[in-house]
Order: sequence, then structure tokens, then C-alpha cells
Amino acid sequence: MTQPPARTRDHVAAALPDDTARAWFDEALADAARAAKAPPTAPTSYIAHTWELRFAAAGRHCGHDNADAVRTLLLVEARAGLDTLTRLYQHGSAAERRAVLRALPALVEGPHAVHLVEDALRTSDTRLVRAAVGPYAAAHLDPHAWRHAVLKCLFTGVPLDAVARLAQRAAGDGELARMLTDYAAERTAAGRDVPDDLGRVLTLTGEEPKER
Amino acid sequence: MRIFDPHIHMTSRTTDDYEAMHAAGVRAVVEPSFWLGQPRTSPASFFDYFDALLGWEPFRAAQYGIAHHCTIALNPKEANNPRCTPVLDALPRYLVKDGVVAVGEIGYDSMTPAEDTALAAQLQLAADHGLPALVHTPHRDKLTGLHRTVDVVRESNLPMERVLLDHLNETTVQHAKDSGCWLGFSVYPDTKMDEDRMVEILRTYGTEKVLVNSAADWGKSDPLKTRKVADAMLAAGFGEDDVDQVLWRNPVAFYGLSGRLRLDVPEAEGLHEGNSILRGGE
Repeated sequence: MTQPPARTRDHVAAALPDDTARAWFDEALADAARAAKAPPTAPTSYIAHTWELRFAAAGRHCGHDNADAVRTLLLVEARAGLDTLTRLYQHGSAAERRAVLRALPALVEGPHAVHLVEDALRTSDTRLVRAAVGPYAAAHLDPHAWRHAVLKCLFTGVPLDAVARLAQRAAGDGELARMLTDYAAERTAAGRDVPDDLGRVLTLTGEEPKER
Repeated sequence: MRIFDPHIHMTSRTTDDYEAMHAAGVRAVVEPSFWLGQPRTSPASFFDYFDALLGWEPFRAAQYGIAHHCTIALNPKEANNPRCTPVLDALPRYLVKDGVVAVGEIGYDSMTPAEDTALAAQLQLAADHGLPALVHTPHRDKLTGLHRTVDVVRESNLPMERVLLDHLNETTVQHAKDSGCWLGFSVYPDTKMDEDRMVEILRTYGTEKVLVNSAADWGKSDPLKTRKVADAMLAAGFGEDDVDQVLWRNPVAFYGLSGRLRLDVPEAEGLHEGNSILRGGE
């Protein structure tokens, strides 16, 4: 259950390459905090709020290794609501979309943002798939969509360690066990290896592999 | 040998091409926004294309150890279609993205008033966003088009040394060089430049500020032309440092003007069975 742990502001600041990046990061968080306090104003269709421009530019200012964490912190600091999250996801690069997905558990109570998770799970970009199967998906994906997300991870080589609350959701899921068993049979019939993770999650279901 | 292809339309290419390019030494590409063969009919069609250049295509490239950046613009041909021109209003939200290293391809196709408007507006966008510009020079009435292009760039707020004039040839290189812009050459199987003529140009005009690209797309083209030019340069007596300058350091310097170039390829996550592109379920 190891999505990368959420990094705090201090952790991120310590990881930034230099003081210029740290100053940029501080100003970006201050912009976001101001937006959170200001009365809501809709941006025009194409001109974004200042903190949203910084959200887009985080990679080149903070280093690409820090960008996901910086963007996620900006979303939380701005207390981005569902409309903003949806817009930033839909207008975002793949990296920006990942940050929106990672921020969902902190910002959205209830299943209203599940359409973003479902969108990411329809892509073939494993970086998006990986970001989609975090705690928000664990809490809100319906059983059918969640099982397909697990299967998609196996298909595309996303380690199942990325799937939040895997053990809890898999426990007693006979339908997931059947899907896993069928997938293993299909791989074996084709003379291909069965992914190591498959046996592990099958065990977590607590179901016996069924003969067909 | 390390190669940077500064102009290639990977959207139109297969994963076999990525594999062959990596084997030939290509480690970085820039994919300019352009037309797709089939005309577009709305800004939304551009948005899907831009999203692919900022999402799916860099992911695909990373699978093969190649760094992918893009340039964003309304292309010259579709600048003439009123159904497409509203995309100009949406460009600012794309030009702030980390993966965008220039405004382009802009320039002339048929040299119409609509193309004048789009070119001037997008040169200003480049100046406003701290980006260089990739400027396509026209294939028909080329020398006149080159002169007109240089005049418009000179009148813009973008300094000449932040502009790359592309698709140059023997008839346009001198005036382009005199302008102070960077010099781009597209090497094609039948049209544009070929390897041997490219070597002659380098002999005559030198290697400074010269970029060579394959411009490979959906037409008859070859994504390995950059490597073939490098081999032709070596065979003609150029040194390895000359090759490195033209095929790596010059494109790095030009697109580096954006401050957004990132040449370390993030480790491709989830390589499926070693080397095949992920399909999300075959």
C-alpha cells in the first residue's frame, strides 16, 4: 500500500535545489493561500489565476523530481474545489494530472471526483494509472471498476504496491479471484509468465483458485 | 554518438521508429505542432493534439529512452481556416507548460493576410512567454517567403537570436544566416535537403547555429536522417566534435533558450515485457 508518502512543505523545501527554487516555492504557496481566502472568482476560459500558472510551471522552477509534491501542496493550500480540480485535470499535462489525482484524498470528500480517477484509468499512461489507484480510488471506486483497475495494473506492469488498501478491498472478493485466475490461465495458455503480483493478490482475496 | 532531432512528428510514427532511433543514437526530440494531413475543423481538435504532445507522446518516447519536448502553435496552413483560428486564444494556457520549449511551427504557407496575422500574434506570444520560436519557411515561392518571414520577425518583439528558420536550402541559407536567426535544415528522402547537399552547406556556411532535422511525419520521410547526415559528415572529413555540435549542442542551445529543456529521461515505469509499448490491456 505504498503510494509515495505525502511530502510536507518542509520536506519539499529541503529537497529543492537552491534558494531561488525555495523562494519561488514560498511565493507560490502564498499565492495559493491568498486564492483560498479570496472570494471565488471564475477564471476566464483561458486566463488562469496566478497560483495556477505556478502549478503549471512547477517542474522547471522546482526540479521535475519535486514537481508532483509541489503541485499537490499548491492544490491543498489553495483548497481547490471540485470545479477547479476538474478544470486543472482536463487542461493539464500528464504531470499536472498526476498531481490532481494525488491531491484528491485531501480535498474531496465523497465520490464526486471519481470521474477523474476513471479518466486516468482509461489511459495507457502507467504514470497516470499508478496515481489513480491511490487512497481516493480505494475509498470510492465501485467494485467492478476497482477490480478492472487491479487487473489493468497487472496488464501494464504497474506494481500492485501502488494500489491503496489492496489487502482490505481484495479480502473476500470472489469475483476478483475469478478474474485473476482466468487471467493467469490466459497467460499460461499463451506460454507467457504469470506476473508475480498476481499470486500475491489472489492470496489476499482468501479465495481458492477455481477449476473451470 | 548522441543525436537530438529538433523537428520530428512522432505522433505519426510507430514504436519501431522509436526503437530504431534509439539504436541510431537519438536521445532527444522536439515535436512541433503542425497539420495532420486531414484538415481540422475546430479548436477542440487542436486541444486533443496538444494534450497528446504533453502527455501520451512523451510517455511513449520515454519507453525508448528518448526525451520528448514539443512546440505549440496554430500552424500556417490552418491559420487560413476561420473554424480553427479561435485556438489562438487558448494558446497561452499551453505555452506555460513545462514540456513546451518554443512557439511553433509558425510562419507562411501561402502568404495570405490571415497568415500575416497569425504569425505576428504568435511571435508576440513567444516574446510574452519567454519562449523562442520555430518558424517554418514556405515550400512554394520559397525565397520571397523567406524574405517576408525575416521582415516580419525583425518587426516583432522577439530578438532574431531567439528564432529558428526551418526548411532552409541552398537558395535561402545566405539571407537567413545574414538575419542572425538559427538555421534549420530538413533532410528528406526525395524533397527538401539530402545528406550530401547538407554536407556541402556545412562546408560553405560552417556549423555555427545550424540544426539538422528529419521532419519525419506521415509523408515519405525517414526518422533516421539525422544519423545519416552525421555519417555523411564524418565520411566527408568533419570531426566528431563538429557532428556533436550540429546534432546535439546546437539544438540544446536553441531550445535551451526556453529554460525548460530536460534531457535526463525519467526511467520508464512499468516497461511491459522489456520493450513493447504499453497498450493498457493489449
